[in-house]
Amino acid sequence: MTSLLTHNGILSPRRVTAVPLGLIASVATVVLFAIAVASPGLIATHGPFALHLQESLHAPSLTYWFGTDESGRDLYSRVVYGTSQSLLIGLGATGVSLSLAVLLGSIAALSNRFAAGVVNRVIEVLFSFPTLLLALLLVAILGPSILTQIFAVGIGTAPGYARIIRGQILSAKNSGYVEAAISLGHSRPRILRQHIIPNALRPLVAIIALSVGQSIVWASSLSFLGLGVAPPSPEWGALLDSGRAYITQAWWLTVIPGLVIVALALAATTLGKYIQKALERGER
Amino acid sequence: MTGIVETRRIEDRVVTAPHGREGRLRVANLNVSFTRGGTEHHVVHDVSFTLEPGECVAIVGESGSGKSVTARTIVGLTGGRSTVTADEISLDGESLIGATKRQWRSTRGRRIGFILQDALVSLDPLRPVGREIDEALRLHNWGNRSERKRKVLDLLDSVGVPDPQNRARQRPDELSGGLRQRALIASALALDPEIIIADEPTTALDATVQAQVLSLIADMKSRGVSVILISHDLSVVAQLADHILVMKGGQVLESGEAHQVLHDPRHDYTRSLIDAVPSEHTRGKPLGPPVEIIATPHPPRVAEEFADYDGPVLEAKHLVKRFTTPDGSVSVAVDDVSFTLARGETLGIVGESGSGKSTTARLALALSRPDGGSVSLLGRDWTTLAEPRRRALRGRISVVYQDPLSSFDPRWNAERILLDSLPAELDGDSAARHARVRELAGQVGLPEDVLRRFPLQLSGGQRQRIAIARALAPSPSVIVLDEAVSALDVSIQAQILDLLVGLQRQLGLSYLFISHDLGVISHLSDHVLVMKDGAVVERGTPDQIFNHPRHPYTQQLVSSVPTLDD
Repeated sequence: MTSLLTHNGILSPRRVTAVPLGLIASVATVVLFAIAVASPGLIATHGPFALHLQESLHAPSLTYWFGTDESGRDLYSRVVYGTSQSLLIGLGATGVSLSLAVLLGSIAALSNRFAAGVVNRVIEVLFSFPTLLLALLLVAILGPSILTQIFAVGIGTAPGYARIIRGQILSAKNSGYVEAAISLGHSRPRILRQHIIPNALRPLVAIIALSVGQSIVWASSLSFLGLGVAPPSPEWGALLDSGRAYITQAWWLTVIPGLVIVALALAATTLGKYIQKALERGER
Repeated sequence: MTGIVETRRIEDRVVTAPHGREGRLRVANLNVSFTRGGTEHHVVHDVSFTLEPGECVAIVGESGSGKSVTARTIVGLTGGRSTVTADEISLDGESLIGATKRQWRSTRGRRIGFILQDALVSLDPLRPVGREIDEALRLHNWGNRSERKRKVLDLLDSVGVPDPQNRARQRPDELSGGLRQRALIASALALDPEIIIADEPTTALDATVQAQVLSLIADMKSRGVSVILISHDLSVVAQLADHILVMKGGQVLESGEAHQVLHDPRHDYTRSLIDAVPSEHTRGKPLGPPVEIIATPHPPRVAEEFADYDGPVLEAKHLVKRFTTPDGSVSVAVDDVSFTLARGETLGIVGESGSGKSTTARLALALSRPDGGSVSLLGRDWTTLAEPRRRALRGRISVVYQDPLSSFDPRWNAERILLDSLPAELDGDSAARHARVRELAGQVGLPEDVLRRFPLQLSGGQRQRIAIARALAPSPSVIVLDEAVSALDVSIQAQILDLLVGLQRQLGLSYLFISHDLGVISHLSDHVLVMKDGAVVERGTPDQIFNHPRHPYTQQLVSSVPTLDD
């Protein structure tokens, strides 16, 4: 009786079965780095400072997976042993950055008009500096060390996050559910604790993962400029810096640590995006 | 796999038109289903109708009835993963079955125009409305640049946009709701289509603007344009329709000549829809099937102070509220507004957007500080109280908003929302708190399992019931209802209104009921204030306001309300 028809033509593109390749790869990468932090001896093939002077500047081979440097030290093992320091800087800087951002962001969003105005101007002034310039300034004042690096990167990246957090708090503060709580007669601390803080800080989980990757890149940039941890430390930025002198003879000394930094930053960022998506799904 | 199975042209088949008429547009046995998650959902069953030139067919139904899908299918916008079957869809004898994308594009716009509910989302926010209309002409290669320019201004003029020269250069957000909707209609009319499909064209509009848009569509009809009107609002449909299809769950329950369907409905569902429309004639009567409401007051200790109080529960004197706009000028949102609300009564405030009625509500709730005048609650001064001292009294007045979703913390389920709204004196007694929450759910007619759901998992009616339960939780004397039923379908609105009336009787509540909908106001209110531009222009009983309005604005407002008997 009835004939089939379509006048559709507007078919949605066929959905590729979702194998979260990115997720698997980034989890594997993070696990690998975690082992390198917890027990570097387990996966390193040589000592980080073991000199093999007759084997200097060897290209990557089966014995020296990432090649050797000018003193014949195994680059792969140095990268493995440098992981803990690089990650410490990344996590430390994230911690400093987000604590500062939460503090500044909350004052900007919640305090009286005068204090909020002052803090807002401070955030804006800091924000107008390029991140690296701000970090360089701090290193110049405090002198290079791992602690300086953590604080320099942390303070350098804080203004951006402070603005995000301020926006989150403001939108929670002006929401219908906060107004409903006010009209129920709930006190300010109760509304802050029950509604504003949890709703404003929820996106932070994802920001943390994104920030770790970025902080490592910033920290490595500082070391590369000779303003961070100094050689012979195997911190990744320092590895890059010391490899720079041999860039024409031994490409692996700069390219491989660079790729490792990229891999970690990518893995952390990808993971952060997945966490964010999962949280958003949870809201539905 | 997508649901599209087969394409076959069937022009050569002889199909008798459903009403035995020729028909500009003929649809016979239209079926639409969507495939989601492997299962097939049949959303439109065997819909047939014929549309003649200059005629209006209305498809009436509530959310999920399949009315919008039907309309979208007729213009080939059903979307992916759908299966569409029909014996006939033809325009002027030409079959639209199996039309290609390109054929559809030339049909849409040129022969069939589409007017959607919300002009703000349908129009490109970054583009002046004149350019938007020009785009429709350009896409169909209509005329050269200067001819198109003249045509755009003619179109805007023909839909009653004043000063089209300047308006054409403005972006949608710079125009008022009514002008925006007109601009959208102008773009749908750009290529002189034979058929206009209007999907809830006036739902978001104020009564007077709605009346203007409806008369505009009626005007097009008289010029020979055929109209398919999609609406959940029977009184709107009554203004325009020649034929009415009543849909529910994808089925056409009743179809017939408009006067017959509206005044002598054959199907019980149609009758229940008609009965659900609130008006002054429905005062004191239930709008839906009778529901028993058992509500027991739970006055907290703080309420004992007011046990003997029998003055007005809420009294506003000469309220003034000003706002400073970003350019530094001062606008007066509320201008010398006074009212009293007696125990157990309902005061209706009616006005259009921008009339200051919601600001008045915020002042009554002490969520905003007035620039002049005062409010007293249960005889106590309410405006000058410092917030910490006010908190103890806040439970005496509570609020229900139009959009309950945004007033719920998205992280909390319904039970948590209600637990949080209980008065502090129940603190520490977990069993009593949970019992009270179940009792509140029962009072608003919700089964207990709904309590476990999160706001996004609730239907519109359930959300509004939870919002009412939250307002009841502190056992208030007054509830401010700010457009509390405006976003609901007619039958859900009827249930909520019946619930509110029942609760008022059982608990002796007073309502400050704010709405743009005169039908709802006249159904509920004991006294009515009419507001315009921040000021009260008229006040009185519903009978005085709706049958003997004195102020010209009230007269205009009352006359623009569409009614079923038209």
